Amino acid sequence: MTPRQRNTGLIATAVATVIFITPFLYIFFMAMKTKKEAALFLFSWPSEWHFWANLTEVIQARNYMLLLAYFNSTVITVGAVTMLIIFGAMVGYVLQRRQSGWNRVIYGLVLAGLIVPPAVVPTIWVLQGLGLFKTIHGMVLIQVAYGLAFSVLLYRSFIGTIPRDLDEAARIDGATPWQIFFRVILPLLKPVTVTLIVVQSIAIFNDFTNPLYYLPGKDNVTVQLTLFNFQTQFQSQFNLLFMNILLVTIPPLLVFIFFNRQIVAGMTAGGVKG
Amino acid sequence: MASRQKSPYPYWFVLPAAVVFVTLFLVPTFASFWFSMTRWDLFEAHFIGWDNYHQFFKEPFLVQGLVNTLIYAVLTSASKSVLGLLLAVLLTSGILWQGFLRSVVFFPVLVSTIGIGITFQALMHPTKGVINIALAYVGIDGPSWLSDPGLALYSVAFIDLWKGVGLATLIYIAGLAAIAPDYYEAARIDGATRVQQFWRVTVPLVRPATVTVITLSLIGGLRSFDIIWATTRGGPGFSSDVLASVIYKQYQAGFYGLATAGNVILFMLIAIIILPLTWWFNRREVDL
Repeated sequence: MTPRQRNTGLIATAVATVIFITPFLYIFFMAMKTKKEAALFLFSWPSEWHFWANLTEVIQARNYMLLLAYFNSTVITVGAVTMLIIFGAMVGYVLQRRQSGWNRVIYGLVLAGLIVPPAVVPTIWVLQGLGLFKTIHGMVLIQVAYGLAFSVLLYRSFIGTIPRDLDEAARIDGATPWQIFFRVILPLLKPVTVTLIVVQSIAIFNDFTNPLYYLPGKDNVTVQLTLFNFQTQFQSQFNLLFMNILLVTIPPLLVFIFFNRQIVAGMTAGGVKG
Repeated sequence: MASRQKSPYPYWFVLPAAVVFVTLFLVPTFASFWFSMTRWDLFEAHFIGWDNYHQFFKEPFLVQGLVNTLIYAVLTSASKSVLGLLLAVLLTSGILWQGFLRSVVFFPVLVSTIGIGITFQALMHPTKGVINIALAYVGIDGPSWLSDPGLALYSVAFIDLWKGVGLATLIYIAGLAAIAPDYYEAARIDGATRVQQFWRVTVPLVRPATVTVITLSLIGGLRSFDIIWATTRGGPGFSSDVLASVIYKQYQAGFYGLATAGNVILFMLIAIIILPLTWWFNRREVDL
């Protein structure tokens, strides 16, 4: 490392700290302060640390709404991601292995799924017709519908790297298509599967717009909606509001620390021509 | 003797995904064209022709939403691609703590948009906010970032840039890694300066990444809703309203037909911008 590289690194770190880390430190400090001190909005070391007091108060607010929100968000995320993995891999598999006129159609639909903004009110109308409006499973299916295109795209390109000989061998051994897929192919897709689980979980957990439209109502609150509602409720209690933000920021931070490599793979996958 | 064997890749594998996608994505999308021409309360729809569209292009605040959407999308997309490339070059040049810096720049991408929005509301507070207090130290009288009608949209675009530039950087880093070092070596032997290398080697060869960054951030920018809703809710007045927030407001007010017309307009706008752009990008690639 040349002195120039070292100095540039030091300057870059200083600038990045001010621009990118300060807001997170600010969240952390605000979350620890007393109500009075937080209202000053200052970027300062808390004079008294009110971690437990703030934490318990946020959790107990509105009859433990935050816990319910975490529960709902977890159910939606786990349910939707499971379906996105299995359904997406099945489509990617057939799309890659079987060349036919239908492929162009499916491909066009996948691209449409990535680009076209969902028509919200007609979607509510369909959900109502099916009895799925304002229900958790309705929300799960919405997330599946909106996330499928990305899953299919990622799986399709990865399945291209798995030799067809494997399917052939399994078929000659008498395996059914179902067995070939679930016993032979799906286990081999693990690297993409992990990437997709991480990336889609973060996207669904952080989603605000879709629950806002399709999952209104007190019993169905999700984490992001709770945060948004607390914004008005905690107008004079910024310490609690920021404690809430802190709690919402911790899951992605943990995922980032443990799955950094997979996230990078997933985020750049659609990107550089593959 | 061998009867025609069934394919080991049966089409019914596509079925579960297709059912969900068709019912909850395709059907509403096609239905939106019809409902956008109706006065609609979710139960009964009365056909009123192009009235909703007329209203959309007549009401000044709805038109402003359309203009704001374009400004916002172009601004965030352009700034993300320029800054993303510069950051990527910096973060692949072997500087001290490079890996850590990459993480720091990227992390905001993963954080809740609502949380970021609320945080910046506090940081951008006109009198008590950290940003204006810091500016006051160097003798600058900071503006009301989010409550000045002339500035609100740009402030939100800045927050979007802050949160999203890490993704652009990441895509550019992957793009830079795909450029063979030979090009730089040849350029050096020919006596090209660092600046010349950047313009003559890096910029042309990182093109696939540029295409991705611009396309992704344009689509994201045109559809952008949550960051605006968390910070200004389209205000003050309608000064930072974009199509997505207009759609939500019309929906809240019970104008379902009008909201759906807004949706169709957003769809058209994205198609009109993205399709020719993709075509143009692909054509240029053949020329190279």
